[in-house]
Amino acid sequence: MAEEPMPRAPGTALPHAPGATAMLVADELARHFDVSRPLLQRLLAGEGKRILRAVDGVSFEIPKGTTLSLVGESGCGKSTVARLVVGLYPPTRGRVLFDGQDLHQARAAAAQRRRMQMIFQDPYASLNPRWRVRDIVAEPIRAFGLIPDQAAQRARVAELLTQVGLSPLDGEKYPHEFSGGQRQRISIARALSSNPEFLVCDEPTSALDVSVQAQILNLMKDLQARLGLTYLFISHNLAVVRQVSDRIGVMYLGRLVELAEAETLFTAPRHPYTRALMEAIPDLEMTGRQRIPVGGEVPSPISPPSGCPFHPRCPLADARCKAEMPKLLPLKGQAGTIAACHAVEEGRDPPPTPAGTAQRIGTTETAL
Amino acid sequence: MAALIAPLARLLDSDLFYSFRRSPVTVLSALVGLVCLVGAGLAPWLAPHDPFDLASLNLIDAFKPPAWMAEGDGTYPLGTDDQGRDVLSAIMYGARISLLVGICSVIFSTLLGVGLGLVAGYLGGTVDGLLMRIADIQLTFPSILIALLVDGVVRAVLPREVHDQIALFVVIFAIGISAWPQFARTVRSSTLVERNKEYVLAARVIGLSRLHIMLTHVLPNVLGPVLVIATLNLGNAIISEATLSFLGVGVPPTEPSLGTLIRIGNDFLFSGEWWITIFPGVALIAMVLSVNLLGDWLRDALNPKLR
Amino acid sequence: MQPILPSPSRERDGAPILEVRDLRVEFPTRRGTLRALDGVSFSIMPGEVLGVVGESGAGKSMTGAAIIGLLEPPGRIAGGQILLHGRRIDNLRYEAMRKIRGKEIGAIFQDPLTTLNPLYTVGDQLVETMLTHLPIGAAEARKRAIGWLEMVGIPAAAQRVDSYPHEFSGGMRQRVVIALALCAEPRMVVADEPTTALDVSIQAQIIALLKTLAREKGMAMMLVTHDMGVIAETADRVAVMYAGRIAEIGPVRSVVKAPRHPYSEGLMASIPPLDRKVDHLAQIEGAMPRLSAIPPGCAFNPRCPHVFDRCRVERPELLETTATRAACWLYDPASAKQAPEALRHG
Repeated sequence: MAEEPMPRAPGTALPHAPGATAMLVADELARHFDVSRPLLQRLLAGEGKRILRAVDGVSFEIPKGTTLSLVGESGCGKSTVARLVVGLYPPTRGRVLFDGQDLHQARAAAAQRRRMQMIFQDPYASLNPRWRVRDIVAEPIRAFGLIPDQAAQRARVAELLTQVGLSPLDGEKYPHEFSGGQRQRISIARALSSNPEFLVCDEPTSALDVSVQAQILNLMKDLQARLGLTYLFISHNLAVVRQVSDRIGVMYLGRLVELAEAETLFTAPRHPYTRALMEAIPDLEMTGRQRIPVGGEVPSPISPPSGCPFHPRCPLADARCKAEMPKLLPLKGQAGTIAACHAVEEGRDPPPTPAGTAQRIGTTETAL
Repeated sequence: MAALIAPLARLLDSDLFYSFRRSPVTVLSALVGLVCLVGAGLAPWLAPHDPFDLASLNLIDAFKPPAWMAEGDGTYPLGTDDQGRDVLSAIMYGARISLLVGICSVIFSTLLGVGLGLVAGYLGGTVDGLLMRIADIQLTFPSILIALLVDGVVRAVLPREVHDQIALFVVIFAIGISAWPQFARTVRSSTLVERNKEYVLAARVIGLSRLHIMLTHVLPNVLGPVLVIATLNLGNAIISEATLSFLGVGVPPTEPSLGTLIRIGNDFLFSGEWWITIFPGVALIAMVLSVNLLGDWLRDALNPKLR
Repeated sequence: MQPILPSPSRERDGAPILEVRDLRVEFPTRRGTLRALDGVSFSIMPGEVLGVVGESGAGKSMTGAAIIGLLEPPGRIAGGQILLHGRRIDNLRYEAMRKIRGKEIGAIFQDPLTTLNPLYTVGDQLVETMLTHLPIGAAEARKRAIGWLEMVGIPAAAQRVDSYPHEFSGGMRQRVVIALALCAEPRMVVADEPTTALDVSIQAQIIALLKTLAREKGMAMMLVTHDMGVIAETADRVAVMYAGRIAEIGPVRSVVKAPRHPYSEGLMASIPPLDRKVDHLAQIEGAMPRLSAIPPGCAFNPRCPHVFDRCRVERPELLETTATRAACWLYDPASAKQAPEALRHG
């Protein structure tokens, strides 16, 4: 495939397949949090404001009916992106376009707002413990005034519960009577009750046991196929992400470092951090190979390192990496992938190898 | 009928009722509390005499000791006071006032404290800072001082006859206003926890108004500790009222509460007529103790860590 | 019931360090007694890592807690034995058990913050532990404390020894916890989800560390986790738990690659693969029963694809399969007639 022309300046959204319309566009999205100590203490200690750059310039597009996943370790800003996208936080900089409309505008009208919903991580915290399941599921219906008729509303709730694999009779119960997996089904039923087109899924399976995780992932894929949903999927689990995504963005310290088609990311990961993440996953195949885990830890997003934020842990780092922040650039010869890495841009990275095989790039410091 | 039986059966089967039944002290204090409540609430029908009916008072009957003593009279089980009023009846009527003031002031401080705490916790920022600083400042004063202050201001502002008419409300307001910070702080900290839970975020994604989320989602989930504080505060409020009345700044002497009775009886304690002050005192202790023990039990029963 | 011996392929010289025989843990509640563990038996040899996996509530953490004598009341050991170096420790009093904990059994928990005392430097905590359990002086203990911090991979250990727990990052804190669990040189370590709270890149570092230390020091380790990847990388043998019992136990390779019990089979199949995309993940229908509603017979029978009549009435004990032992009637020659088509594993 030939390299696609770039419709935007470097560092902005990935060019998507021509003809596909974007359900959601994030454009240079940033969110900073003021984590300073109270004014008085700050004055006494003589220190300045402390700004946490949770998300610092993230751009992507999600074509309708597809899934974009964001992966990364805790503190990389992936959950903050999810919250920016559904409007729980206003962005410090940049903007979100939902179906071509500015998010702020889109959320002003109930008719638009009902088109996006969110599924949360913790099935024990995402349902109000004092409400019956039928009221939980019906809440969006009532809030948006979708079905005024009581009987029809009940029928719709029963239908939703059946759709996610529960019994209509479960509507009478309270959340504590359900297991974690069943609660996540209730969450999904609530999210679906306003007939949304776009779902933001923030680590929807990471609190679940693995056998239940498979049930929920299958359900979500099934619903996407049946209802034509668009997903923004947030996860730290690369194996899960591979199963559900069309495209995957890898985040590190509030920025995207690589964004690629799902299969490409796994067969030819390019950014050293992506490679390190893949390397870190325990090997179920038990090839007996000795993994070399990436050394060091994620730096604090309050005082990120100069230049490329990954350079202190990167085996390929050089003087340029320490000084200059790399931009997200399309890769030569690997259409659809953008990566923010000087080494990749300059071609001094080792050739890409698929995840889970013998690919190895050294690290500056090892665990032991 | 069936609609009543189902919740009742659920209550009898609940962990709360189980822990209640398992604690003899709690059952006993509930019984004592119930006796106080019934005795006070139904005083006009249960009391042997009407201590405020001046026509039935007879000074010959004054200073009669309790019935079981040598000079006792069967018609006055706990004796009479200096004006020949039946002490038992006076206690029942007095407890009525005490409970009324206690319950009303707790309701007042609960409404105020829960409302402000909810708003402070949910909105955060400047509103939170302002409300909590006010609460902090108020907490630096002893509550009885605040009550005295309120009473003093009202007395100074209003003419005496108007003050006597609204004295009851003044006491309720004075006691209630001194207790709200405790409610507000508790509700605020619970709200801070709840508002970051994902069910609240889910409601925000839907786009529900802040007031709606506060009332339907957050409020029901922060009420547990409020119930405990309200119960414990009822005991405090009754004591506060008694203290104010004892100091003579509480309810008017025409409607004596337990505190007033104790104050009146106090004058005769050393002249031998001990029953005039001791029995109202015992009634006050029984009432406050049972309420406090119930509150302690409730606190432990609702605390998942202690279960 | 027979104590479960390590499977022949993994047999080592000498006696097991830890032996658990028919362990039963019960929780009296007002609605009757719940049996959280029921007839759990296994042993761990020196230098061996036994992985314990299962869904939440299967009893894996409970087993670890019972061994270190830290069952949450009102839970109690209602039957069976726990033997450390052949000596019973399940019936010891609290004080006696406290001496064994730390000295002979180390414990590593999920959350490093709750294990470390925030008011003391990590050095103080290491020194105190060593002075309590080892016959050494303060100077020697401090020297060893620095040595331990170096061993668990804390950079500039000589300076960091005087830091407080909050001055360490999450991954570094977990390293300190490991040092603390190991500094009294116990022969047995119970690690309960030691990497769950950590990021993937840190997880890998900690796993590598634990594995190396177990091998080098000849410790027996019980590694409780829900992460099969961690087990596959670290454990020698694996016990799969379901509803308070061991469903299958055997060498890690056999359990992960060729599980025999239908539950372990379903569990392994439901792990999303990293190396390919599948259209539909294998899933086990339903959910694990609550302790109060464990079905008669085999606890897995309502979800089992191979269920037959015997499973619904009679509870299977661990039976020999080719490489593992599985609590499943498919592997009883006596039931072969009833379920011939299901006995496809041979």
